[in-house]
Amino acid sequence: MSSTELGLPALPAKPYPPDVERRLAADAAELIARYPHSRSALLPLLHLVQAEEGFVSATGIRFCAEQLDLTTAEVTAVATFYTMYRRRPAGEYHVGVCTNTLCAVLGGDQIFDELKQHLEIENNRTTEDGAVSIERIECNAACDYAPVVMVNWEFFDNQTPESARELVDRLRAGEEVRPTRGAKLCSFKETSRILAGFADEREGAVDESGAGGAPSLAGLRLAKGEALPGTPGAKVVSPRQEGTEA
Amino acid sequence: MTSAEPAEKLLSPVLSASWDDRRPWTLDTYRRHGGYDGLRTALTMAPDDVIALVKESGLRGRGGAGFPTGLKWQFIPQNDGKPHYLVVNADESEPGTCKDIPLLFANPHSLIEGMAIASWAIRCNHAFIYLRGEVVPVLRRLQAAVAEAYAAGFLGKDALGEGNDLDITVHAGAGAYICGEETALLDSLEGRRGQPRLRPPFPAVAGLYACPTVVNNVESIASVPPILARGKDWFKSLGTEKSPGFTLYSLSGHVTNPGQYEAPLGITLRQLLDITGGIRAGHRLKFWTPGGSSTPMFTDEHLDVPLDYEGVGAAGSMLGTKALQVFDETTCVVRAVTRWTEFYAHESCGKCTPCREGTYWLVQLLKRIEAGQGVPGDLEKLLDIADNINGKSFCALGDGAASPIVSSLQHFRAEYEQHINEHRCPFDPAASTVWADRASVHESATEREVHA
Repeated sequence: MSSTELGLPALPAKPYPPDVERRLAADAAELIARYPHSRSALLPLLHLVQAEEGFVSATGIRFCAEQLDLTTAEVTAVATFYTMYRRRPAGEYHVGVCTNTLCAVLGGDQIFDELKQHLEIENNRTTEDGAVSIERIECNAACDYAPVVMVNWEFFDNQTPESARELVDRLRAGEEVRPTRGAKLCSFKETSRILAGFADEREGAVDESGAGGAPSLAGLRLAKGEALPGTPGAKVVSPRQEGTEA
Repeated sequence: MTSAEPAEKLLSPVLSASWDDRRPWTLDTYRRHGGYDGLRTALTMAPDDVIALVKESGLRGRGGAGFPTGLKWQFIPQNDGKPHYLVVNADESEPGTCKDIPLLFANPHSLIEGMAIASWAIRCNHAFIYLRGEVVPVLRRLQAAVAEAYAAGFLGKDALGEGNDLDITVHAGAGAYICGEETALLDSLEGRRGQPRLRPPFPAVAGLYACPTVVNNVESIASVPPILARGKDWFKSLGTEKSPGFTLYSLSGHVTNPGQYEAPLGITLRQLLDITGGIRAGHRLKFWTPGGSSTPMFTDEHLDVPLDYEGVGAAGSMLGTKALQVFDETTCVVRAVTRWTEFYAHESCGKCTPCREGTYWLVQLLKRIEAGQGVPGDLEKLLDIADNINGKSFCALGDGAASPIVSSLQHFRAEYEQHINEHRCPFDPAASTVWADRASVHESATEREVHA
């Protein structure tokens, strides 16, 4: 990040308004209680302030420091180490395109380039309407579903440039979008609250999208004597519908 | 050595056995498949006997290093008056590695049961799951499964017997590959920057909060309940003598059917390709990784290497995470290695100079070569820098960064030289994409079902 501003040192950040402070402090107390040592709650607390504002602001850092009896410098050192904490506001839907080797080679590079053109924004930038931001991300542990796109850290597997463009168009149009693995998308702030450690309270969210797509089940099916597509085999794969069972 | 064996004989679904059942992530389904039977057995045994059993089963760590799991547990000092901690490493981030995430998404209870057994064995009353943050669907199911286990009494007050509580905290990381390194993970879990610690002391002596701590991979811990339920002899009947048991092989890349294939240790890539439809139609294998990008790459000469700890080691690489990333002849090896190196440069925590500075310079050189602007001497310089990183940093990230460079230069030096001599990359990236041959190729399982 090259957003360093030279000049006078920044003034101490303002605190949250009292009602916000009270609400967040109650959440923070719950998180801190889950650990034998309070400082372990710092990563969850940073997710929590991100859930409040959509990014980790100076106010958020001050809040974390006060809850854990740390200095703002100590909190800043941690917040800037981890890529999921944003330093500035971003889109309601954060779109990450995997461009690590395997996804990149299988098409992730092209997907990212075409998304950039389509949205007319650069890496780590947000569309003017504030709906979508894009980021090149590293391997997201879904290589058997490459190329992979994440939106608010839910899986959109087996993407193409066309499917990815359609995806961001639908996000910008405010349509309901469901991942291939994961629950119906919520906003980035709501996602951050789950990351802080508070369960997703939407009805059925845990059960959405089944146990995984065909790659997750490929070995099991083969072991049961079913043939995979494109392989010679005595038995034909029974058509099943993943992702519909709840 | 083409395999005439049918798939049913080569594969052995244990962890994945319930994944096609109805809602396999729920406690009900897990129990219908014998879930928590292993814990019941463990609680009738003395903790030391559980450790001995796991040790004698020969289970080795599935997170990369292959260290014997039971031995790791045995290192925990007893009667030392300090709390003991179990920390599960679910920070799966090694490029190519994609086994723990589907496992936790489909069956989180197998991990929770394994954690309860391990906690009993090492006398731990508070265990942690450090899950990488970028996988919210998995986080959601882990949170729900832990809540279910509390409600059913497998966790919480007196879970491990009278006066013996067990709590599990699910902790989401925030995006840092280095936190998959066990001591960096512990620092991160303590609310600090994820930077590796100098060892010794090892975590078994001074881990989380300077207390005795076991850090195990998800798959290692999830493999424990079946050992308790079905016995060490059953476990040893699978796999090879020094690498017993079953494991998840993750096949990805230019193959007909990417996915998770659970098999006894020691299967070969040739056997796996034979039963899964092989390389994508009309193409041939160029290079592959046996266990993620940090393990030296293999070529078609290595198709018959047994994929167990010894076999892969003897062939000059490491079993790692069994992440079999397969690339065909359309792939530029310089591009592949450049991208991996950019990853290591991005993820280097900055603590050790050789890794922090070395990965930066490797990227500069590789980008230049890939763009056709390399000059004579660049390849020697690459190897020199790689040599200055390898083994000269606190943790294995630096070694991992050197790995693809050294191995690709060993197998494909001519291709690097071609980039330098012809002042261009001779490959067309469009030919490597999954949609390059779409009109002519059989529709794969992936497209047909995931996009249904």
